[in-house]
Amino acid sequence: MLSIKNLHANVADKEILKGINLDVKAGEIHAVMGPNGSGKSTLANILAGRDGYTVTQGSVSYQGQDLLAMDPETRACAGVFLALQYPVEIPGVNNVYFLKAAYNAIRKHRGEEQVDAVKFLGLVKDKMKLVDIDTAFLNRAVNEGFSGGEKKRNEILQMLVLEPRLALLDETDSGLDIDALKVVAKGINALRSPERAMVLVTHYQRLLDYVVPDCVHVLAAGRIAKSGDKSLAAELEQRGYDWVTAGASA
Amino acid sequence: MNAVAETAPPYADSFAALQHTRAPDWLAELRRSAFARFTERGFPPERAEDWKYSNTRALQKLRFSPATTPPTNLGTEAIAAALLQHPQVQRLVFVDGVHVPALGSKHAAVPGLRITPLDTALREHRADLRELLLPEARWDNDPFTALNTAFLADGALIEAAGNVQVTAPVQLVFVSTPHTEACASHPRVMVTLGTNVKLTLVESYFGLDGAANFTNSCTQIALAANSRLDYFAVQREAQGDFHVSRVYVSQRERSRFASHVYNLGGEWVRNDLRVRLEDAGASVRMDGVYLADRSRHVDNHTRIDHLVAYTASDELYRGIIRDRGHAVFNGKVVVAEAAIKTDATQTNNNLLLTRNGEIDTKPELEIYADDVKCNHGATIGQLDEQALFYLRSRGLDLDTARELLTGAFARVVTDRIAAEPLRRFALEQLASALPQVAAEDGA
Repeated sequence: MLSIKNLHANVADKEILKGINLDVKAGEIHAVMGPNGSGKSTLANILAGRDGYTVTQGSVSYQGQDLLAMDPETRACAGVFLALQYPVEIPGVNNVYFLKAAYNAIRKHRGEEQVDAVKFLGLVKDKMKLVDIDTAFLNRAVNEGFSGGEKKRNEILQMLVLEPRLALLDETDSGLDIDALKVVAKGINALRSPERAMVLVTHYQRLLDYVVPDCVHVLAAGRIAKSGDKSLAAELEQRGYDWVTAGASA
Repeated sequence: MNAVAETAPPYADSFAALQHTRAPDWLAELRRSAFARFTERGFPPERAEDWKYSNTRALQKLRFSPATTPPTNLGTEAIAAALLQHPQVQRLVFVDGVHVPALGSKHAAVPGLRITPLDTALREHRADLRELLLPEARWDNDPFTALNTAFLADGALIEAAGNVQVTAPVQLVFVSTPHTEACASHPRVMVTLGTNVKLTLVESYFGLDGAANFTNSCTQIALAANSRLDYFAVQREAQGDFHVSRVYVSQRERSRFASHVYNLGGEWVRNDLRVRLEDAGASVRMDGVYLADRSRHVDNHTRIDHLVAYTASDELYRGIIRDRGHAVFNGKVVVAEAAIKTDATQTNNNLLLTRNGEIDTKPELEIYADDVKCNHGATIGQLDEQALFYLRSRGLDLDTARELLTGAFARVVTDRIAAEPLRRFALEQLASALPQVAAEDGA
């Protein structure tokens, strides 16, 4: 589904990614771990099409297409979803209006019929139960005045509604208490399916207690320094990152 | 100098024609002295500080005739988009300045509330009319007020005796229609609320396609102790319309005035809104939205006078400037020496979306009292890149994302309207100019 080859990228002339190679197949969950500054978020943002990054080498193919040549909205319509590390507050835009607009934009792209407000509300309310969000959230402005945990749950709600083929979660677990973490994990697990792939960018192993990954990669100094199965995450938790990163920067 | 012929002062022909209509002596004299004042002063000179960014040259060049007979073929469906829907709405409709009873609402009168078209009051020689119209008409030697008084003929008197909570909103609709000759109208609105009165008033200035007229409106509002007026003025005139408005408000003890002024149409617009807080506990909320797109010129001058202690003002104006639009905001807040414990906030935010657009913003605070809480801020910015990416990353195309954020920028102001059905109506009106504003709450 996703194939990253020798990806190099700069932020403001500083090379952050120095040759990433990663293959993610449908049905798989990959965890990308690593210390601060290793390039995890950069990778997630580049895959979603955010400005401010310059790809200097390499390629990313998504379902056989050149992902890097696509606009952010085209990627979204093709099924790519990024749960942001810092979801943006948008005063004046109603949460459910935004969600419906996004839902219908994606449907339109697929040549499907637009869904009206009543039908959409029914659909959203089902998903909201999963992530334990109060319906009052729907009529608030997008993320405005939300707590950190509420913002992250709102991201998961969007993901559940938009049902992406490739979900990228950028530190969705950071800053969450254990209850919120379980809710987020529940949302992720609900979406797990043979047609769907997920990449979880995370600093800590604790999300992986609730969402069991197929592969774990450790990013260090812009490269994947080590890959393994879920046991790698447990080992990192015990031993820290130093034993992996020491080898990478050498 | 050169061969420019000595021309009659502007509006002299129209004024001469008006002299032939019957009017009581006091009114004829009132008009004459006002016209003399207008002629003497003329249009504001280009170097005048208050007119620095609003050149009246185009307005001066045009010749407007007075509209005498309103078009008979105009039905409510032509102005449907301007109408506030409410089961008890009390509505008067004016076409090119002339009251057209057939277009008004037919609901039963509301006890305690008196709404009189000005032409009716003049025709019936209402005894107190002279007292009502005389005192404030000389306001600041403003030429446009003088012009309005010189042509005083139609408009509305809205009076609520003490101790009524009027749930039925009042709406005045001023429609500008296309003519072979452009016309000028000078509506006068007088609002008087007694003690403990609560009222909602909407003034809608609406233009039909192809109209190119000049509306020079003047609204005077007097709020007695503990009264509350929710006021919404929406200006959606046609692309060729000129509009000058003067709104003067005086507020007594603990009265509350919530003003929402939306400029969404017209070609050249200048508004002056002035509020005097005359007694303790009086407070004003002064909000506005202006859209300067195409080649539209929109100028909002506001002034709040805190004259006594314990008064409060909260002002938020937001403007969207795109294409070759030009917007001007000048917000003056004056805190008199006696006005200790004044609480005044003023914010002006502008979204400048094109290179060729222009915004001139100037907050002016004059504080002569100690022990006050005053703050102000003006910003000019572009759409938030982070928010744009966020919307696009969810599938919205770039244009839709931009429109959505632009609408949201204005909607923040609308969401401050506490009173229903006003807030919903304001949203609808906003959505007519900014399509990505969700007119309904929720999905």
